[in-house]
Amino acid sequence: MAGQSDPHVSLFSPAEIEFFAEDEMVDIVPNLRVEALNMICGDYGPFTPQIPAKVPLWLAVALKKRGKCAIRPPEWMSVERLTQVLEAERDSSREFQPLPFHYVEITKLLFHFAQDDIPDMYLVKSMVEDIRDVRFHKVELGLETFTNRTQAVKLKNLSAMEANIIRPFSVRALQAFYKHDIPDVASQTAATVNRPSMADRGPRRTLRPR
Amino acid sequence: MASGSEDTFWTQDPEVAASTDVELLKRAWRNEKASPEILRFEEPLVERVREQIELLEQTVEELRAEGKDELMISLYQMDLDRTLYLLRSYLRIRLQKIEKYTIHISKTDLWGRLSSQEQAFAQRCIIIMKEHLEQSVLGKLPDGYKDVLKQSLASEDDDMVPEPPLDTFVFCKSRGDLGPFQLDDSVYYMIVHRCKNDYRLVQKHMEDGSWALVMLLIP
Repeated sequence: MAGQSDPHVSLFSPAEIEFFAEDEMVDIVPNLRVEALNMICGDYGPFTPQIPAKVPLWLAVALKKRGKCAIRPPEWMSVERLTQVLEAERDSSREFQPLPFHYVEITKLLFHFAQDDIPDMYLVKSMVEDIRDVRFHKVELGLETFTNRTQAVKLKNLSAMEANIIRPFSVRALQAFYKHDIPDVASQTAATVNRPSMADRGPRRTLRPR
Repeated sequence: MASGSEDTFWTQDPEVAASTDVELLKRAWRNEKASPEILRFEEPLVERVREQIELLEQTVEELRAEGKDELMISLYQMDLDRTLYLLRSYLRIRLQKIEKYTIHISKTDLWGRLSSQEQAFAQRCIIIMKEHLEQSVLGKLPDGYKDVLKQSLASEDDDMVPEPPLDTFVFCKSRGDLGPFQLDDSVYYMIVHRCKNDYRLVQKHMEDGSWALVMLLIP
């Protein structure tokens, strides 16, 4: 009964994150007639050929796999939009651009199952990869700014998969800082009475000056 | 901050419309996964989901018997499987936590957060664990050190009981503007999306109820 924290209980696997992402809605264009579906997770259909409909991603993929529909890639998955995002990501070294929370999982599933439905697929795919790289590099840089005085870290616009990747490491890093630092904090708070309040704030990420 | 329309284009935020039982169950599972201590058992929610699952199972049976369209049956089956998986994961993470902190839960008011079946499970866990420890180790230790709960007779408290670490860091995601947010002695602005902070502060918000409406623990 050592009481060591057991990380694996609280971790989501990437597959589980994908499970969450599969509930996101996408547009499909069915090529057959299907009666209305009254499911536990919601009511969908009825589907008429060539009439677009909104369904959860898992349903869209299931239909696509059986050749029963075409999936319309979401608006943000166009070359124009992604170019804007990529440039903005490269320009700002400390901020993340707004992206759908599950963009990693959604793009992965669509590239895998709906290649023919995505115009300029290879270009889009390489842009998404670049975006992921740039963002993750920022994450890594940010992780280096953790110190013993980091009490909270604000990560605006981080996506689900990115958060899941760094969560185990960053939680344990912060915990280790906290655990090994308590006596220091006590002596510091006494000493900082005379120092300006700047010292207490600790480093933080993506704080915009107001 | 970014204008509302820009944000809503990018972030199809499902948390805002957490109205279906599936969404609620998903949220319960996430919160359970992300928080170090066990949370209140969502009895009515689990009951409703169970009923819906049973109903759908019956429906699928009937459709199969009627020889209906294979496609529809397989789609319903997928929905069923997904919901079952969600429910099982929720129950499973709770059982894992109960196993980890059985004695602690039984001695505090966390006991009230368990369902009656979980309580029965926890009781049996304690009995089995005590027996095992006594037979394998404690019975062979010198007198004064044989207790499961205390290190030695000299201990005042039950110091052999592991407790969930409430000062661990957690990830949270806010569902909208929270405005200034008191965090220790500093004031932070948490606007949309994520921050990581000490679970105890989050717990405070959970308790006073402002939690359920604005913040969401994120895995």
